Amino acid sequence: MSSVDSPARSVRLGRFEIAAVLALWRREWILFRREWSSITFSATIEPIIYLLAFGFGFGSLVAFTHGYRYLDFVGTGVVATAVLFASIFPAMLDTFVRSRYQNLYDTLLGTPIDARELVTAQGSWIGLRAGVYGTAPILVAMAFGLPPSWGMLLVPVIGFVMGFGFALLGIWVGMSVPSMNTIEYVISGLVTPLFVFAGTFFPLDGLPGWTQTIARINPLYHCVELVRHSVFGFDPGKDALHLGVLLIFTVVCWLLATRKVARKLVT
Amino acid sequence: MRSTTVAGERVPGDGPDEPQTAPVVRASGLRKQFGDVIAVDGLELSVPAGTCFGLLGPNGAGKTTTMRLLLGQSTPDAGSIDILGYEIPRERKHARIHVGVVSQQDTLDEELTVRENLDVFARLYRVPRRRRTAAVDQAMALAGLTERVNTLVHALSGGMRRRLLVARALVHQPRLVLLDEPTVGLDPQVRHELWALIEQLRADGVTLIMTTHYIEEAERLSDAVALMVRGDIVDQGSPADLRRLHAGGEAVEFYGPPHRLDEIAAAAAAANLPTRRVANSIAVLRAEEDCTQRLVSGIDMPAQRRPSTLEDVFVLRTGETIE
Ligand SMILES: Nc1ncnc2c1ncn2[C@@H]1O[C@H](COP(=O)(O)OP(=O)(O)O)[C@@H](O)[C@H]1O
Ligand SMILES: [Mg+2]
Repeated sequence: MSSVDSPARSVRLGRFEIAAVLALWRREWILFRREWSSITFSATIEPIIYLLAFGFGFGSLVAFTHGYRYLDFVGTGVVATAVLFASIFPAMLDTFVRSRYQNLYDTLLGTPIDARELVTAQGSWIGLRAGVYGTAPILVAMAFGLPPSWGMLLVPVIGFVMGFGFALLGIWVGMSVPSMNTIEYVISGLVTPLFVFAGTFFPLDGLPGWTQTIARINPLYHCVELVRHSVFGFDPGKDALHLGVLLIFTVVCWLLATRKVARKLVT
Repeated sequence: MRSTTVAGERVPGDGPDEPQTAPVVRASGLRKQFGDVIAVDGLELSVPAGTCFGLLGPNGAGKTTTMRLLLGQSTPDAGSIDILGYEIPRERKHARIHVGVVSQQDTLDEELTVRENLDVFARLYRVPRRRRTAAVDQAMALAGLTERVNTLVHALSGGMRRRLLVARALVHQPRLVLLDEPTVGLDPQVRHELWALIEQLRADGVTLIMTTHYIEEAERLSDAVALMVRGDIVDQGSPADLRRLHAGGEAVEFYGPPHRLDEIAAAAAAANLPTRRVANSIAVLRAEEDCTQRLVSGIDMPAQRRPSTLEDVFVLRTGETIE
């Protein structure tokens, strides 16, 4: 262990290092390889149940919504639900446990990693997973007759952007809450309303005005719209706006999460 | 600095890009306050390359805070830190490439195997891909865990975990290693294994800073020891120099009833000799000097001569006990 030929000597670190993100992804990948079946099951089963229950349940009452077959309407809408569940839940819980009980984040920030790289790596990893899981409802809907289209290939990308944003929000929540109990408040008080007022199961235009206002500031609503349009056909002007909202949401959550991690872990 | 000149017998392992005399770690006027608690209070530190620096002090002295400040995990309220020419905390990311950390708590990744723990850290520390496998193998051999490559951490014994924790801090061949109470809670055998490992590193020219509240550990491993109480270093130097300066070579310890011990304390004070009082005994230090011989020979009580220790110095200098 001679220090003279230290391999690190030639390294000059940049302000933001992809190598740092890749190193952290490596850890996630090792864990994922071991637990992929349970992670995948819990991330996809719930949205698929929603899809089948609503699709066939309501579908027997309402055949068409906005010109779409109801099952297709829900099948595309539930993508956003899948992404939300696959991102904010693991992000909140992992962050809470890792920073509180495992001291993992504190240890990582003693290595040549800073809060921005840490937050980006954790958030994007969960976002990637969520983007992939988000396609499950589409696949199920296709099995029940949703016609394939080229735009569907964009669904994982939209899911990634949305999942990244909600993962970052989850990291911020996980770092901020004083106890596990508080996470339950966040789920009932924030996640559930977001999930309900997103136009997933029913179109919002038949609802009172105040729900439409909630929907407009709900990133999930914009995700639902964007996914539907990529499957059934784009509306460029509106979709640019939807994408803009998602990107702004993700950037704001990144800033929040990064600042929180830096403040909490650098004493 | 007086304390830095004592380790002359060791060859510094520093590279060609810095003069060999430049200290690896330099801190000045370091101060850190948490609410009302002043954890570090005007600390001065200078650690030459290739030496082991021991930070000795009781719980709450500010040792861990000092380590966190050096690593840039804590931002000082005042003072400056220089590590390997990098200004901390501003350039902490760059400095950390060259620093290995053994934290006070076990922070291993429970869900990963021995190899995976080392591999992830090799990546975090940017060990180039072509050297990564060799670096991980070497670290595993160092920890004596080659047979346990694929064991999950939570299945390792306490001693193995500690060795892995140290090996993980070395996987990128750091030039400076920070060890915060590396042997706390270990059984004597594991502690000795770890001491051997630390001595090996020192022999290889790695610079070490170690905190401890075990006198024996500081005395045995450190080229220079700093005595730390309430956030400040009271005195520093080589263990031998500190002993010689403050406690002399030997101590005579008397056992007896409190009033007799009081008499001895008074007599020693009159003769300007340092004493150290414990519950049922008193030690008169500098026992080898003539005036002590005279004082001691006049006392009719059970007595025992022993070499003076760093602990004597600590108690003398700080008025506090450590362990
Ligand atoms: N993050 C913190 N917040 C508040 N107080 C702290 C914090 N870290 C350390 N302290 C206080 O600073 C003092 C020194 O602590 P520490 O550096 O851990 O001492 P040591 O490692 O020598 O036992 C203690 O009184 C401790 O309670
Ligand atoms: Mg400590």
